[in-house]
Amino acid sequence: MPTTEKTLDEILTLAAIHFKVPREKLSPDDDFFKALGIDSLQTLDLLTKLENHFHVELPDYELQGVSDFRTLADKIQARL
Amino acid sequence: MLDLNKYTCLGAVLRDALDRYSSEVCLIEAERDREKLRLTYSDFKEIALPLARALEDADFDANDRAAIIMTNQSKWLISAYAIFYCGGVLVPLDYKLSAAEHLQLLAHSKAKVLVVEYHLWRAIMQSPQFHTIATKIVLVTEAPLGAELAGAFRWEDFKRKGSPDFVMRQKDDVACIVYSSGTGGRPKGCVLTHENYLEQCRSLTAWYPFWPGVRYLSILPTNHAIDFMVGFIGPFVCGACVVHLRTLRPEFVRDAFVRYRITYVALVPMILKNLEKGLRAKFDELPNWKRALLDTMIATNRLLTRRRPNVRLSRMLLRNVHRGFGGELLALITGGAFIEPSTTQFFYDLGLPVVNGYGLTEAGTALTLNDLKPFRADTVGKPLPGVELRILNPDAEGIGEVAARSKTVMSHYLDDPELTLETIVEGWLLTGDLGRFERHGHLQLFGRKKNMIVTEGGKNIYPEDIETVFDGLPVKEYAIYAANYIWPAKELGSREALVLILRLEQNQKVDSALLEDISTRNRHLPDFKRVSGYLVWDRDFPRTASMKIKRQLLAEEIGKFFERAAIVNL
Repeated sequence: MPTTEKTLDEILTLAAIHFKVPREKLSPDDDFFKALGIDSLQTLDLLTKLENHFHVELPDYELQGVSDFRTLADKIQARL
Repeated sequence: MLDLNKYTCLGAVLRDALDRYSSEVCLIEAERDREKLRLTYSDFKEIALPLARALEDADFDANDRAAIIMTNQSKWLISAYAIFYCGGVLVPLDYKLSAAEHLQLLAHSKAKVLVVEYHLWRAIMQSPQFHTIATKIVLVTEAPLGAELAGAFRWEDFKRKGSPDFVMRQKDDVACIVYSSGTGGRPKGCVLTHENYLEQCRSLTAWYPFWPGVRYLSILPTNHAIDFMVGFIGPFVCGACVVHLRTLRPEFVRDAFVRYRITYVALVPMILKNLEKGLRAKFDELPNWKRALLDTMIATNRLLTRRRPNVRLSRMLLRNVHRGFGGELLALITGGAFIEPSTTQFFYDLGLPVVNGYGLTEAGTALTLNDLKPFRADTVGKPLPGVELRILNPDAEGIGEVAARSKTVMSHYLDDPELTLETIVEGWLLTGDLGRFERHGHLQLFGRKKNMIVTEGGKNIYPEDIETVFDGLPVKEYAIYAANYIWPAKELGSREALVLILRLEQNQKVDSALLEDISTRNRHLPDFKRVSGYLVWDRDFPRTASMKIKRQLLAEEIGKFFERAAIVNL
């Protein structure tokens, strides 16, 4: 199983590629809405990409209130 | 449907609905493409009454308040019914708010009971302000076994045997307290009575009836006025079915239309535009001959339905499009924010009418609605039965502030008599929106007079709520306004913007350090709350005796001195 740090790094890389943001501009504690400049629908798109990458299911309702990459990584890690 | 004239409260009408339609399916809950739950009205009653009994045993009495913070799901509606059964007042809170905001509104509403989903409760427990919570009974849904709940009960275990006593309420008793804004400055708790809801339900179902067999897809948050009415009260009093899909991922939403043969759905403009984008992309992929055929069918449908919708004909002409929506969709309901006429026309031409309306939390659900006789893409429809609208101080073009009088208008703002007096004047609700009636009696909206913007996602943004982010900005004073409040624009939509008014210190200039400071603070806000420009004002702000900015006066002064074009973009 990958470490949380590795999961986090993969999330940041995937988000950077998908939303065309320089990887070095993203930090684990960033609010992904702000750092990526995305709205709630685009966030769902990101979650689907992450689910496909990590082969997990992330229910929308469990992610209510989650807005930073680190917490998102914790949620994914718990399912790996 | 049940005759609403016979009832004085929501609890009683829902109670009779559960008996009258006992064998009909009232709720379907799906987790993506997996159906998790299907309840008849009788099943619903069997789950709700033991909860009501447990609430009663816990001294939850008539007029006590109970808040719900949940995403759309069956337990939301079951809990709401149990609360009404006990004569309680429902406080539906927006689950998208932060934990700190939830705590603030729980305190403001003085809720005695809270029903909350586990993940949201966990966020509340982790809030630094958690110790301030005064809510006595907290019921947490879907908590994992053994999870730390800080004294809260598991919703699934909170039930008692024995029949609870039904508590009858009168029409002017309070049914709900609904917060219409963010929480930064002044929570606006709209106090809505049972009569407000019964009247709203009566007028809406007169134009858009539900019946057993109708399936409504619940996507808008149930705490929102529209879904509460058309995704709960309306369908239930008519024996219809509500489908809760526990995700908003577009691929599963599309699938749900087909799987459950949806009849109605309410959407915010943002999702509708997304659907339009997806459909247009699909149309563009068609081979040329198929595309030409589709365009011909669309043009034919438009021509043949120009006076009124003809569902059968549209389904025949545009079979594949309708199949993609399940084949039984009658209308897409929207409202709460500006929607481009081209989007509503696009769907209408496909034989999928978009029912656009206009309303505000202070007036229940809707004041106007398109009756589709004929469809109009450029208006928000006609006043619903029982709603009186008038245009105050119309200009030469007939445009003025829309005022409303109706039995659906709220009683008052919770604990805010001053704001109530400003908002409801001699029985008329001042909406702050600028509109005009055209010759067929349709209302056209042109802009907003009040200091507020509405995002495409339907969120109300009050500039006062954002000012705290600029606390400590090194200037003499500052204020944030919706640009349309200073310069009323006779056009809704993309021109809505927030502007920062700066009063500088003597000899101070706007330099790069100040601009960087403003930009940094701006980045701390979600994109829809960001200030888009600034203006330097060279006089002290007018203030009240208690040093509050006289916002309206300042806006008038700025509006006289500057044109909107003077805003410097950030």
